Amino acid sequence: MAPEKELVQLIGFWGSPYVLSVRWALKLKGIEYEYHEENLLKKSPLLLQYNPVYKKVPVLLHNGKPLVESLMIIQYIDETWKQNPLQPQDPYERAKTLFWAKFAHEKCIAPMVSSFFKIGEEQEKCVKEACEHLRTLESALEEGKRFFGGETIGFVDIAAAWMGCWARIIEEILSVKLIDEEKMPRLIAWFSNVVEVPALKECMPPTQNLLEHNIKFRKFLVAAAERLQSVPLTGN
Amino acid sequence: MPSDEQLLLLDFWVSPFSTRVKIALAEKGLSYEIQEEDLLGGKSDLLFKSNPLYAKVPVLLHNGKPVVESTNIVHYIDETWPSPQLLPACSYGRSRARFWADFIDKKVFDAGSNIWRSKGDELEAAKNDFIDILKKLEGAMGVKDYFGGDEFGFVDVILIGLTTWFYAYEKYGGFKIEKECPKFAAWINRCKERDSVAKNYIDPQKAYEFVGLLREMHGVE
Repeated sequence: MAPEKELVQLIGFWGSPYVLSVRWALKLKGIEYEYHEENLLKKSPLLLQYNPVYKKVPVLLHNGKPLVESLMIIQYIDETWKQNPLQPQDPYERAKTLFWAKFAHEKCIAPMVSSFFKIGEEQEKCVKEACEHLRTLESALEEGKRFFGGETIGFVDIAAAWMGCWARIIEEILSVKLIDEEKMPRLIAWFSNVVEVPALKECMPPTQNLLEHNIKFRKFLVAAAERLQSVPLTGN
Repeated sequence: MPSDEQLLLLDFWVSPFSTRVKIALAEKGLSYEIQEEDLLGGKSDLLFKSNPLYAKVPVLLHNGKPVVESTNIVHYIDETWPSPQLLPACSYGRSRARFWADFIDKKVFDAGSNIWRSKGDELEAAKNDFIDILKKLEGAMGVKDYFGGDEFGFVDVILIGLTTWFYAYEKYGGFKIEKECPKFAAWINRCKERDSVAKNYIDPQKAYEFVGLLREMHGVE
């Protein structure tokens, strides 16, 4: 538990998986915090003040000091609150963990998210890229292990295992295939193992709400693309 | 360092990412061997084995165990040999340092590449984008001498290696960093006075010639 006079606040958006991963980290550490919901269509002065470089959620405020970028926020949480460590102690193992978390974010999640913002050939390219890297991630998972690092939930799980849920939503809305049941059995088991942990399941927004929200969002993006021929990319 | 510790760096002489790692190793007073990779000719089996996903340099092999991705390697070096410390002691300071290192990784090299890859209006836009990024970094440094504050630190190591290619960007972009971002230029010169940087700083003229070669390969001129 945080000592007295520690104030932890999270600026987030209910539908953001990056915010979810930070909430997971806070939950696993047993950290109490205040949550501020952000309207991403009309960003608050608070968000712009605390994340002037990227203007995105999540932003964690620890005693008023801002932390941004979900992977870095989770690292900070893990280093500041020592209970239930998320990263290995050994520097080499920690380097490997960081590598895979970044790989999952930059090579799997980023093209998956990109595909949602694109149409036609460009979308196909993103989907293909995501699938290729998901197969690599599949091979990085060890047979029989419950979580990425073993039997204890850790950094890579919190940082990335939510992608299973979002991949399914993208598949349904775009009518594409990202997760191959035959080629990615370990990934599928891993997604489920993490998301079914009771403490983490509690934090998940209802899938139906996510689906409805993203259907609307996709319609908005397609209309904007047709008008402007270019679409801004969001998400960190 | 104990005599049974072995460090091998898989390197490419003009890689600004390798330069980061060399500076970090020098800051820690660590001795290491170098295996030069011929990235344009043919990569070695060891490179493919140590970095199967990306087959890129730098790779640091510590007693045979590979660490890849230059920022990750610098981080690893700092944790394994903590003295002198590159990352700040407090977690908040570390988080800010990682943020700026991540910003640098996301923005600087790509923005620079956009300069030498473009012509005409695109080149003008690329140049302005690059200068904007340097100005943001100037803002991050504030009134201090280094990104690490009063002392040379993690973010300085991550960024200074990339500046070896800045002369090339200046030539192709038709601008001078000294004029556009004098504080940034002063920081570069300050860092170059350090032994660790001076001994490992790629000759900017040679980097410029190499970028010329890349331009030809990409059919820019």
